[in-house]
Amino acid sequence: MGWNRVTDKALNPIISLIYPIPALGWLPLLMLWLGIGEILPITIIFICSFFPILYNTATGIKTVDKHYIQVAKSLGVSDGKILTTVVIPLALPNIFTGLKLESGMAWRVIIAAEMVAIPTGIGALMMKVESLMRIDIIIVCLIVLSLMCFLFERVFIFLEVKLTGRWR
Amino acid sequence: MSSIKLKNISNYICQNINLEVIDRELLVLLGANGAGKSTLLNIIAGLIDYKGTVFFGSKPVDKLTVNKRRIGYLFQDLYLFPHLDVASNIAYALRIKSKMTEEIKLRVKELLRMLKIEHLSYRYPKELSGGEKQRVALARALALSPEVLLLDEPLSSLDVQSSKYLRTELKQLQRKLGITTIYVTHNLTEAEEMADRIAIIEKGNIEQIGKAEEIFFSPKNKKVFEFIGAPNILNCDDCHMLGRGIVEVNCGGLSVIVYDKGRRIKKIALLPRDIYVSEIKPPGHTNVNRFKGTITDINIISEIVRLRIKVGKNNLLVELPYHIFEGMNLQIGDEVFLILKLRKIKAL
Repeated sequence: MGWNRVTDKALNPIISLIYPIPALGWLPLLMLWLGIGEILPITIIFICSFFPILYNTATGIKTVDKHYIQVAKSLGVSDGKILTTVVIPLALPNIFTGLKLESGMAWRVIIAAEMVAIPTGIGALMMKVESLMRIDIIIVCLIVLSLMCFLFERVFIFLEVKLTGRWR
Repeated sequence: MSSIKLKNISNYICQNINLEVIDRELLVLLGANGAGKSTLLNIIAGLIDYKGTVFFGSKPVDKLTVNKRRIGYLFQDLYLFPHLDVASNIAYALRIKSKMTEEIKLRVKELLRMLKIEHLSYRYPKELSGGEKQRVALARALALSPEVLLLDEPLSSLDVQSSKYLRTELKQLQRKLGITTIYVTHNLTEAEEMADRIAIIEKGNIEQIGKAEEIFFSPKNKKVFEFIGAPNILNCDDCHMLGRGIVEVNCGGLSVIVYDKGRRIKKIALLPRDIYVSEIKPPGHTNVNRFKGTITDINIISEIVRLRIKVGKNNLLVELPYHIFEGMNLQIGDEVFLILKLRKIKAL
């Protein structure tokens, strides 16, 4: 997608239809298909993150100036090599934008899923202690959630700076 | 190295173009914006569709995609890969072609030395000046020792001084490497300084091909005439030797000094851009080839301005860049001083 016009035209309508469905909207269906276990939160995180990251990556690839591709071609480089050595590196800033946004979003979605359907994890714990009026534990859970979102975003910022900081 | 031959080339701009660039020659493709210069270059590179045949040497290359044509292409905006440092930009094609690491290092070093950019090796494109970027892009284009070199207005973004300096170097380098080169520009001075031959292109047609002097002093048709600016041709009433190849000619009351071997000069020719214009009397005591005249017409053509100036019985056409004209505040009827560039006067 973003690179090959045929693939882009074939997949774009499907992605555009699936992309707007909120990750939690899949929950009832996934519970029936997968049952309640380890695989369920992993699938939710995957669905929540996959489409926005794919969308940002494809956009990043599409927005790479075509002249860079022409330059690489004039230097005798094949299309496949141009994708890996020019297009993807130049699309990295966009790819990282997607990763940074979705790292936080994945945490928020999984906590929400745990609150309503999955009996383990921070979200489920918060629901349990709510009935026991343990505000201290709820606040600790919120702080942990906040820290995890922050930490994951920082990891991606670190990687982005490491990979693109010198030339951007 | 090989020659480039275009046979009946047509596409949405170019119309049945036939052109031959001799082996090791530097041909300048000269034309106004939108004339089809870059399109023709892209056709040779194989970047756009066309009808007709392109030959490199005796081989037709129409069926070869751009990455198999063995060209070096310097784009107008250079497009250095921003994520690679200078050495990696130059080594890019060599690495992809899986050359040995030692071989790559040696070639990159050689190119860095040739283009005098050894000190920039680890810098990224954003840390380079315009002139430095030009050198890096040229080194990158030369890395695989291409058969032909295509240069699309490579110096257009540089200031006048840097552009002039790089022109000289580029020409020397082209001579040294003996690589067949097509150089696209809309700048007449650049064309005159760089070219072995010039091809004038206008609305997708090649209007005239020849050496700079032929083009500038004998334009073949009205289109070429209008584009390059008609030369001033003055009839000489009499002439006499002043000694050592210097001749004084009298043209309608103007006494003009010309370099010549002393034959009978009937006419002299001078291009409009080889006449300096000044609002004030130029300093110095000499009056050689300096005249006072009155502006009778001002014609602004995008980046240049053409002035018609009456000097004695002669009407001279003078050309100057718009930015200089803008700073002079000249009006029709103003008196101005002219200096004719001695070395540019051609005795006919």
